[in-house]
Amino acid sequence: MKKDRIFWGTVAPLAAVASSLLLVSIILILRGANPLEIFQVMISYGFDPRNLVSELNQTVSYYLAGVAAAIGFKMLLFNIGIDGQYRMGAFFGAVVGAAVSLPPVLHVLLIVITAMLAGGLWAAIAGYLKVRRGVSEVISNIMLNFIAAAIIAFLLGEDLLGILPEGSQNVQTKPIPLSGQMPTFKMFNGEVYSFLFVAIFVGIAYWIMLNKTVFGFNLRATGLSFRAARSSGVNAPGMIFITTVLSGAIAGLVGLGTLLSDTHSYSMAFPSGFAFTGLSLALLGRNHPIGIFFAAFLWSFLERAAPVLEYEGVPPEIVIVMQGTIVLSIVIAYEVVARINLRQQQHAVGKANADLVKESK
Amino acid sequence: MGNILEVAGVEKKYPGVVANRDVSLLVREGSIHAIIGENGAGKSTLMKTLYGLIRPDAGSIKVFGQEVNLKSPQDAIALGIGMVHQHFKLADNATVLENVILGGEPSRFGFVIKYDEARKKLLEIAKTYHLDIDPDESVANLGVGERQRVEIAKVLFRGAKILILDEPTAVLVPQEVTELFENLRDLVDKGLTVLFISHKLDEVLSIADDITIMRQGTTVATKKPAETNKKELAELMVGGELPKPIAGVQNISQKSILSFKDVSYSRFDGREILHHLNLELHGGEILGLAGVEGNGQSELIELIMGLLPATTGSVDVLGLDASTTQTKDIRNAGVAYIPQDRQRDGLLMSAPLWENRILGHQFATPMAKGIWVNKAAAAEDSSRVVEEFDVRTPGVNVLASALSGGNQQKFIVGRELSGDPKLIVAAQPTRGVDVGAQAIIWDHLMKARTAGAGVLLVSADLEELFSLSDRIAVIYSGSIVSILNPLKTTPEDLGLAMTGAKSA
Repeated sequence: MKKDRIFWGTVAPLAAVASSLLLVSIILILRGANPLEIFQVMISYGFDPRNLVSELNQTVSYYLAGVAAAIGFKMLLFNIGIDGQYRMGAFFGAVVGAAVSLPPVLHVLLIVITAMLAGGLWAAIAGYLKVRRGVSEVISNIMLNFIAAAIIAFLLGEDLLGILPEGSQNVQTKPIPLSGQMPTFKMFNGEVYSFLFVAIFVGIAYWIMLNKTVFGFNLRATGLSFRAARSSGVNAPGMIFITTVLSGAIAGLVGLGTLLSDTHSYSMAFPSGFAFTGLSLALLGRNHPIGIFFAAFLWSFLERAAPVLEYEGVPPEIVIVMQGTIVLSIVIAYEVVARINLRQQQHAVGKANADLVKESK
Repeated sequence: MGNILEVAGVEKKYPGVVANRDVSLLVREGSIHAIIGENGAGKSTLMKTLYGLIRPDAGSIKVFGQEVNLKSPQDAIALGIGMVHQHFKLADNATVLENVILGGEPSRFGFVIKYDEARKKLLEIAKTYHLDIDPDESVANLGVGERQRVEIAKVLFRGAKILILDEPTAVLVPQEVTELFENLRDLVDKGLTVLFISHKLDEVLSIADDITIMRQGTTVATKKPAETNKKELAELMVGGELPKPIAGVQNISQKSILSFKDVSYSRFDGREILHHLNLELHGGEILGLAGVEGNGQSELIELIMGLLPATTGSVDVLGLDASTTQTKDIRNAGVAYIPQDRQRDGLLMSAPLWENRILGHQFATPMAKGIWVNKAAAAEDSSRVVEEFDVRTPGVNVLASALSGGNQQKFIVGRELSGDPKLIVAAQPTRGVDVGAQAIIWDHLMKARTAGAGVLLVSADLEELFSLSDRIAVIYSGSIVSILNPLKTTPEDLGLAMTGAKSA
């Protein structure tokens, strides 16, 4: 039965990716391009060591966004506020990190905790509104994303927390001193963020928390059935609130790889769009830490390889089409798999009953 | 009189579900024909086949001697077959007349409804069959029995000659059952034919002309009430001897384990659901709580479980104030809870059985070890529950949703009775389960009582209340109106009390 689960769990995402490739191929053929050639170019470019490094670094951010979304999904929460939570985390992490001086490890730890607190507290607003006022977390989070961006833009003013480095157009926070930075390590002749290990740790912790602890059981139970969880003694509204905060805290880590190992300060140049990406990755990875990793890598890979398509006369936006169709097909594929699964189980139950009848005769 | 309906060799296969096979049925014109069987015996499948909702894989159906091929309920209606569903399909905010004609409106030019004609026809039907209904009353104001009459009138309005009633008595109090049976007799006297699904043997014996028993998807026998008895019918249904609940020694302790003292509860909109309610339950006692649904039973249960706070008064559960204690602490103190709506409140449908075993026990050993879930213990104890309660499943990794309703219920009862609870709140513990499972569940409730646990048995099944209870409390519009001794009470008295007649 366990083997079955792994098999069906893998078949669905592979089928989704395959059907997306098929669709993209049709589009490419209609444009007069040879899809096999195009895919080959993408693969050889994407697996080039230099590109692998930046893909890996991007994967770290995407992975954390995916895990943040997955925690929400387990509670049937659609955390579209990952964007705002990540911004709050990265910004306040940068501000606090630049403001203090501590021994190396402690300094980093303080920044990480600050980022998680900032992301978590920001998410707590949506959590409170949902549990106490019945406001859909989707609506409140979309608002909160805008508010977070505005607050940070305001705080980045030069008379407040921002500085304008010489020769730059971008206001940014004060740089984090060396003790608060995280080293990179050599891989494929490039510099990989050591925050990668934090991401791996988060993935493992997420899995253990969810599957092995009573807290995780209560979380999943509440997501599966609010009423059954409540009857069983779980404080279900409280659980929804905590899960929201937890999801936000993980989202607060999304920008830290870049912040701690690369830029050392927060600026308006930090990318956006992590919410949609995170939600897509959690879907594709089926909320499983390993699945999300592969999904995050696939996303980074596609995005990194996109620009090269221009040289082949194909618009790089085809990658977005690919991502979109993957997400669309995965939703269908999982539904199909879930039905097959239930039918198989009903078969097993029916067969067991039939055997029982035979025995009794 | 000939056979109005002949079913031969009907078969319907579903993946994994007990379907119909080799079903044969002869229904005499102008008779009341009861179909009885356990849950999942295939009664509903057969009825749906006859009503055109399901198309059989094999076999033949003859109506009035003509072989028919029913593709949809429209076909069935055209042939004179009508169905009264267990859950009424009425629009609350419309009148009786509007509901009756809904979907089959007599009209002029296809869009002007001929209300006068419809009203005349409905009144005629009501008069002919002695159905007491007012065409202009709003359905929202009707009680359960009246709604059922509207459903029957609706079927007759469409010209039904054969009426299929799916567990019509499940929702009625005794007086309403008597009324329904009188109505059914009237219908049959006027030449109609009634097919009647039930699993209440007493009823079937008292009303039916013929009784067909189904087991495991097939029809096993047809009996006449005069030639059979309850025991034989039950054994035919189960396919063997029924386990008997052991009465056990009465061992009621002086210690009160549950007490309601002058408890009122008002909903958020200010409506008072419970009104100065007093109730006491001792260890070693089964206290039945009888009442028509919606008289405050659900709220009473939720108060005990700490899911709702009392507005005034105090609810004492094993020495804890339930209004201020968390549900998990109430559970940990030794309260088992068998909820009325098992699929919504009692199970994680898309989780495996072993995880469902943990549900409600996740705050204490052995299901939890510190902050960790103890999967090994959960799986092992799930196997025990499956074994002891005869849950039909190939294993404990199966999803709860893959089991049939009766088996889900057996699993819930098994789970809740583990760990020697001191107080068992059992809401409709055997609703919708077959006689075999019912016997198992009753047996275990009796054993728990003998072992000194107190049981609050909230049930709509009078047989259950009378067989198990040491005392029966009757709840009516939020108060306990009487406490009866089951040995000195008749079902009719209880029925009267349930409708509030005694308190008036």
